[in-house]
Amino acid sequence: MNNDTLIPLVGIITDVRQDTPDVKTFRVNALDGGKVFEHMPGQCAMLSIPGVGEAMFSITSSPTNKEYMEFSIKKCGCLTEWLHAMDVGQQITIRGPYGNYFPVETELKGKDLLFVAGGIGLAPLRSVINYVRDNRENYGDVQIVYGSRSKDDLVDYQEIIDEWMADDNIQVNLTIDNPQEGWDGHVGFVPNYVKELAPSINKTVLVCGPPIMIKFTLAGLKELGFTETQVYTTMELRMKCGVGKCGRCNIGNKYVCKDGPVFRYDELGALPDEY
Amino acid sequence: MLKIPAEKINDLFDRIAMQQTLYIPVDREDKAAEFKKYESGMTLSKALKTVRSAKDFFFPQTENLAEFKLSGKNIEVKDIRQENEDFVVFGVRACDAKSFEILDKVFLSDPVDTFYQNRREHGTIVTMACTRPEETCFCTTFGINPTVPGGDASVYFDGESYFFVPFTDKGKAFMASISDMLEEGDVSKLSEVQAKAREIMTRLPLANLTTDSFGGEKLMEHFNSEKWAELSEACIGCGTCTFVCPTCQCYDIRDFDTGNGIKRFRCWDSCMYSDFTKMAHGNPRTSQLERFRQRFMHKLVYFPANNNGEFGCVGCGRCLSKCPISMNIVKVMKALEDK
Repeated sequence: MNNDTLIPLVGIITDVRQDTPDVKTFRVNALDGGKVFEHMPGQCAMLSIPGVGEAMFSITSSPTNKEYMEFSIKKCGCLTEWLHAMDVGQQITIRGPYGNYFPVETELKGKDLLFVAGGIGLAPLRSVINYVRDNRENYGDVQIVYGSRSKDDLVDYQEIIDEWMADDNIQVNLTIDNPQEGWDGHVGFVPNYVKELAPSINKTVLVCGPPIMIKFTLAGLKELGFTETQVYTTMELRMKCGVGKCGRCNIGNKYVCKDGPVFRYDELGALPDEY
Repeated sequence: MLKIPAEKINDLFDRIAMQQTLYIPVDREDKAAEFKKYESGMTLSKALKTVRSAKDFFFPQTENLAEFKLSGKNIEVKDIRQENEDFVVFGVRACDAKSFEILDKVFLSDPVDTFYQNRREHGTIVTMACTRPEETCFCTTFGINPTVPGGDASVYFDGESYFFVPFTDKGKAFMASISDMLEEGDVSKLSEVQAKAREIMTRLPLANLTTDSFGGEKLMEHFNSEKWAELSEACIGCGTCTFVCPTCQCYDIRDFDTGNGIKRFRCWDSCMYSDFTKMAHGNPRTSQLERFRQRFMHKLVYFPANNNGEFGCVGCGRCLSKCPISMNIVKVMKALEDK
């Protein structure tokens, strides 16, 4: 019988990084080393601990990373609590990749890019950012606006400082919600910061974060003169199958697992506001 | 046309059951009909339709997907799939036969659901033409002709004999396996029975229901309709409509600790349930209005939007007779119709 996507593969946790008080980044390898499967930036995978649960997570590592996959996971429910208790060497089940991806090889190619992320919303965008960095000649200006509640809640802070901010070809703008000792950077919410920075309206925007942040960021971008066709986001709804059959992650007639998770804003605007 | 006299139908069932598993509709003690595995002596039900649809044969209410052995930090995945045995479902009505085509669009589209495909490949559907459609029937609304029910082979009953017509290779193989029990028959009375059934269909209360106001292009118009509040007001979210529906295919995947490993299974689920879309960080459908709307929008708008205008309802009428608050897709269609 042919393989069935509902029957998962097994991966092994080869590294665990405590990113923030409630976010850990897990490195996953196939049992014989290497990656369990290939993916494109923005795609997701179903991770599970049998007997605990299974859920969809964005793959935060770039496909250009040929050694392993990474998942940045916030502790917020049954399964994620269990995952946060894992040590290196723990095996998990994994299946995917699922969904579409940011159009890095088509629409985004040659464009000036603006990434806007809030909190754990950086996880799916990090895959694209590192893909773009590894294929830098294919893209124009790259600007990243990233914010979190506090300095301690910035996911991948070390990578941002050591690699992204050290990269002359990328502009990084960080912000935190409230003033904090030891922070001399920008303070304020992400949508306001984007408006203050007033990026060139030629840029193509990739945005991910809490729904409220996305909503105000989009409104701010429109004020600046951006159109909905310039903005991409990635969605999240409850999923069981990952392939558009179990029937629960639809927005109108689109399944987030299969037709998404990446949507251009004008596409999303044509669908019911039920997410 | 080849036929078998009514008094010999059990001989035929015995023959089929010798070769493969046979399911036929039989009457329960409460007179309601349900599909049962045939055992010698069982009587074919005369009911128009079974309480539950025939979707169980390909998409059972629960089925195991995989097993896991956990030891320390290690996980072993066991593929427990087995090639299904051949089986025959006899007496499927036109509405249920059509529902398999709708389920095919979901489960056989890429990536193929092998659990469903396995059953589908091994099952032979022998349909039975309707002779007396009921007042809850509205299959013709969806272009179904209950007197020509399709499937792999069809059976037509003229009151005295069962006439057989094969359509697919599976249906022809089925016919070949019973050909020595069939004889050539006169179809003149059958034509009368079919004419009578067609005449009944024109007089049914729902005969004039149309799908003209529905389809993918009506997405925002119907989603934003003010009628949903009143329509959904009394819905108790029991999910009965979903469970008796031949086309409802939403499922849940869950794990069960057997004490000796983990079994992962799937089971029918319902968009009418409050935790259907509930996540750790929230729920996009918090009210029964939203959940109620989802079910009907899926059948009348979303499904046709994704499937060249084909609707996700076959007009079997089960939800009409089973809903405890007497709400149903017909009332929804009439309320949303362009006036």
